[in-house]
Amino acid sequence: MTSLATFENGARAGGESPDVVISVRDLVVGFGDKIVMKGLDLEVYRGEVLGFVGGSGQGKSVLTRAILGLVPTRAGVIRVFGQDRDKLAPAERRALEQRWGVLFQNGALFSGLTVKQNIQMPMREMRDLSQGLMDELAMLKIELVGLAPDAADKFPSELSGGMVKRAALARALALDPELVFLDEPTSGLDPIGAAEFDELIGTLQKTLGLTVFMVTHDLDSLYSICDRVAALAEGRVIAAGPLETLLASDHPWLRAYFHGVRGGRLRAARAEQEDEEWKPAPTTR
Amino acid sequence: MTAEAMHGPPAVARAPAADGPRLALSGDWTLEASPLLEEQERRIIEEARRGRFVAIDLAGVSRLDTAGAWLINRARRELARADVAVALEHVRPEHSILLEEAHYRVFEAPRRPRTNPIVDLLADLGESMAGGVREFVRGVAFLGEFVATLGFVAAHPIRFRLTSLIAQMELIGFRSVPIIVLINLLVGAIVAQQGIFQLLKFGASSYTVSLIGILVLRELGVLLTSIMIAGRSGSAITAEIGSMKMREEIDALRVMGLSPIEVLIAPRVLALVVSLPILTFIADMAALFGGLLVSWWYGGISPVAFMSLLKEAIAMNTFLVGMIKAPFMALVIGLIAAMDGLATKGSAESLGLQVTSSVVKSIFMVIVMDGLFAIFFASIDY
Repeated sequence: MTSLATFENGARAGGESPDVVISVRDLVVGFGDKIVMKGLDLEVYRGEVLGFVGGSGQGKSVLTRAILGLVPTRAGVIRVFGQDRDKLAPAERRALEQRWGVLFQNGALFSGLTVKQNIQMPMREMRDLSQGLMDELAMLKIELVGLAPDAADKFPSELSGGMVKRAALARALALDPELVFLDEPTSGLDPIGAAEFDELIGTLQKTLGLTVFMVTHDLDSLYSICDRVAALAEGRVIAAGPLETLLASDHPWLRAYFHGVRGGRLRAARAEQEDEEWKPAPTTR
Repeated sequence: MTAEAMHGPPAVARAPAADGPRLALSGDWTLEASPLLEEQERRIIEEARRGRFVAIDLAGVSRLDTAGAWLINRARRELARADVAVALEHVRPEHSILLEEAHYRVFEAPRRPRTNPIVDLLADLGESMAGGVREFVRGVAFLGEFVATLGFVAAHPIRFRLTSLIAQMELIGFRSVPIIVLINLLVGAIVAQQGIFQLLKFGASSYTVSLIGILVLRELGVLLTSIMIAGRSGSAITAEIGSMKMREEIDALRVMGLSPIEVLIAPRVLALVVSLPILTFIADMAALFGGLLVSWWYGGISPVAFMSLLKEAIAMNTFLVGMIKAPFMALVIGLIAAMDGLATKGSAESLGLQVTSSVVKSIFMVIVMDGLFAIFFASIDY
């Protein structure tokens, strides 16, 4: 489908089919008496952009954090690149963690470092590169995410919200990961900035052959860049598939989400646009 | 394809061809092979520099990332500058996107204007002086605002927040009692021990009691209590008001037509002003008791003798000198804490800075005030 499928010839250990990057089986996560995930199943395929939606407080972030290993799980198996984190030796786990990049919701840039130093941090800690090459690569990443070169020497507190997101994306891409987690990448951006960011993610995904796991509330992002959408409710994935499948679903929450006031309006606008321009909808790639 | 793409370390192999050297690249040209990757780039340049033309064959490259693409492009550019024509062969489509995206360009770093360090130093000095003066003016203005608010509340007693005052007194005063008692007991004991030990040389160890009585009541009790409260409660007030400022709660109060000074700051400062004298009294007693214990066990002065010596050494004014200072110290601590809390900006770092600055400033001001009081009491002979 996309380039990375050919970069990697065959899956590594684990016996999964080569195209599954993340597989979650029967996941149970809870805090105290409260069970947040009740036997959740999810698969993310290589080279796709998966949009992950769900109501506030349903545990979208908890699932992301569980996959990243930041939240302890009670039962179930999470495999990333066919490997079960819990069964890996520390060195193998570190190697696994270097194959993904994470964009946190508020950027999570290190406030004591400049943008350039933030991007070079993983390179400096994990790789052995000359300073000259690190400078060039950092500037390349800065340009790749659409930041002006003079942003390189700025501190995170001197950046606007949109610039913070871009800089954080550049840091997430510092080691050229195969898999990128985006936690609400367009939240807090104005519609123009959000659309630009969507486009950026789409472009980078194609150029670098990324697999993208994107938690989002933004209906526009779902329409414009996601190959598949998974919906979370009641501690389970209630539906996963191309957007059309979810739109056709009868589940009350999905109907409310996509056919509610905002979803309905957006759908109508998209349909109108399609009629005028006679080109296929951006969702059907 | 001439070669099978294989995983492995990046490598460059030379194969002579009719029209010039031919370099076959193989392996993973990714960041993971970091020190090797840069070596291979140098190898490409070295191998090809002599000739006029070189073909670089990418068929054997299994994985390529932006770093690998960048280095291949950097080598191409280096060779081009040495008048070597470079042709890339067998580039896979996904690699060509990357090579395109990571084409070589020189990033000019924005240069900061050079400045004279001496001028910078003088400018910094001047700025911090001016900042100090501005801060002082702001403090006086804040004091005025606070007094005006108190006057307003006095005129409208119904707006006085008694519940809040009591709650703050518990937090600031009552909860501090154990630590205040403990440190003052220890300091009283240490002063007594040193007094007995040093004065024994002159055979004047009974003067220890005068030393403890005067030192503790006039200076140490109030000073230690104020410093402790500046660290414990001043920082808490700054943190609390600062985080409310960060989350726009202060602005929310203002737009409701409420004065943050009246609602938040007056109860805290008043609680400090009421609590600190009480705590000072407790501190005085604890320190004297500590002194009494050490004098008894270490210096052999019985409690009865200690009491009668103490009675001779001190008068009411000795005690009052300490107590009079307490509310002023409280006012300084409270106003600095509140002012620094309100000066917090949007970020968490700013909150941390304000809390530190509040504690440092209030301890400094407490000691300065103590000095001023010492001059004042000496000149009126009290």
